[in-house]
Amino acid sequence: MSILSRIRRRRPVIPDGLWMKCQSCEEIIYTKTLYEGNKLCPKCGYHYPLSARERIALLCDEGSFVERDAYLIPLDPLQFPEYLDKQEKSRSKTKEYEAVVTGVGRIEGIATAIGVMDFGYIGGTMGSVVGEKVTRLIEHACTERLPLLVVSASGGVRMQESIIGLMQMAKTSAALYRLRQARVPYISLLTNPTTGGTTASYASLGDVNIAEPKALICFAGPRVIKQTIRQELPEGFQTAEFLLEHGLLDMVVPRPELKATIARLLRYLLNLPVAGPEAAA
Amino acid sequence: MITFDFEKPLVEHEKKIAELRAYAKEAHIDVSPELASLERKRDQLCAEIYANLTPYQKVLVARHPNRPYTLDYVRLMCQDFLELHGDRRFADDLAMVGGFATIAGRRIVLIGHQKGRDTKENLKRNFGMAHPEGYRKALRLMELADRCRLPIVTFIDTPGAYPGIGAEERGQAEAIAVNLREMIGLGVPIICIVIGEGGSGGALGIGVGNRVLILEHAYYSVISPEGCAAILFHDSSRNQEAANALKLTAQDLLSFGIVEEIIPEPLGGAHRNHEQAAALVKDAILRHLDQLASLSPDQLREQRYQKYRAVGVFTEAQQLLAHPAPS
Repeated sequence: MSILSRIRRRRPVIPDGLWMKCQSCEEIIYTKTLYEGNKLCPKCGYHYPLSARERIALLCDEGSFVERDAYLIPLDPLQFPEYLDKQEKSRSKTKEYEAVVTGVGRIEGIATAIGVMDFGYIGGTMGSVVGEKVTRLIEHACTERLPLLVVSASGGVRMQESIIGLMQMAKTSAALYRLRQARVPYISLLTNPTTGGTTASYASLGDVNIAEPKALICFAGPRVIKQTIRQELPEGFQTAEFLLEHGLLDMVVPRPELKATIARLLRYLLNLPVAGPEAAA
Repeated sequence: MITFDFEKPLVEHEKKIAELRAYAKEAHIDVSPELASLERKRDQLCAEIYANLTPYQKVLVARHPNRPYTLDYVRLMCQDFLELHGDRRFADDLAMVGGFATIAGRRIVLIGHQKGRDTKENLKRNFGMAHPEGYRKALRLMELADRCRLPIVTFIDTPGAYPGIGAEERGQAEAIAVNLREMIGLGVPIICIVIGEGGSGGALGIGVGNRVLILEHAYYSVISPEGCAAILFHDSSRNQEAANALKLTAQDLLSFGIVEEIIPEPLGGAHRNHEQAAALVKDAILRHLDQLASLSPDQLREQRYQKYRAVGVFTEAQQLLAHPAPS
């Protein structure tokens, strides 16, 4: 949770202007190229954040995504200062009702239950609605025997729902227990940033865990760790590459290869018949 | 013993009692009626102060260095405790203890965070902040309990899972996540008790049960009031406001249905009377073990699943006209 403010500060801002300075390599880039290229810096390949809808467009076959539970609306169970205000601001900024979009779509023709978090909505934090939508999605995947893909981008549990938010970690993980018992496969895609209670629940529980290059993935944020241990953090600490090296991820996949890689994984996870030239070979 | 600012009237009153005692002893006079009346008044004062603690004062009480810790409860309420060690993968995390125990003639597996009483012990116990190996040891013991058909009792008392380099390298998040998933599937009764600090994911990592109970002055929150104040108000000294906002007291948790029961504490808090605190906790454990004894493994799993499935506060509309539609 506590790293949210830091992430916000580091969050890339894409101005409306024609030209912008890449926040990673500082090269001047033509804004339009960025938007046409899955929001990758054409010079250094830096992965700018995608909204939930952009991510769905990237991963799903065109027009195949059918949203579920679109109208789950957050309340303010704790009457937490300024929470309703934050909801309203995030709603008008992202045009989303909450920090996750769920539904069923096709990935290279394979029907898949898909949940995508949107970091733009209160830092992609997990409150009651995120927990409920993700849980319903897992339950749907379980009943319909659809493979599950959850794309995380999250500042952790939403502080404004405190203990009720925290319990969403248990709720989503409980649903994943049943999915696993039912032998329905689950791919977790971790994107920049995935932190706190989200990492400590469904984002870490994929049968296969994959991440985008250089994504910050952690339990405790770098600032909290620095304050606790009072020493400098190693180079590249808590990046996707660091997690891969430490055995916590299966692969780091650049954005242009994501869809094809996920489809390849799904074909193995579902043991689909080998088709085309591979079958003949 | 450390006393808090809000206990000042109590401390002054106790000083008075001590003075009277000393005077009586010196002067060889009988002051027992006066003493009895003063002590009655002290108890009244103590009860009043502790009945009206603010959320942040409760956090302070939950962190009191004399508060009974997991191994104190084990010593005071169990027989034949056999501690088991290690996660079989990396190390033995001393911030998390566990083993076989017998409580009123019943065999259980008991697991809990363990804080240290002094600096030396705290270095060993890491202030009750477990590493991934602690959570993995806990799961190993819980799976063992499942195979032996022994009920599980967990004691939660941690500021949080340890935020350090090694903890991240070895998958703190994954260790906790796996515990959350696997605890749902265990076929034995699980009773979780927040005895002091319920620090976020580090607490929940051993906190998925058929029953979650909490001591009267313990707290359970997604973040510490200090951390919340730093993020929200950019001022870590506004921790009282943050504690109010987080609704982290035992009484709040009961009202949200997150805990089933509040275990009362001895007069003036568990730190004033370990024996009595342990007796009250023991009584609660036995009662809930009795209630759960008749459930089959499948019924226990189902009850636990539904308990967590039901948590969440939101509303669902067929459609919304007043808001911008998703693009």
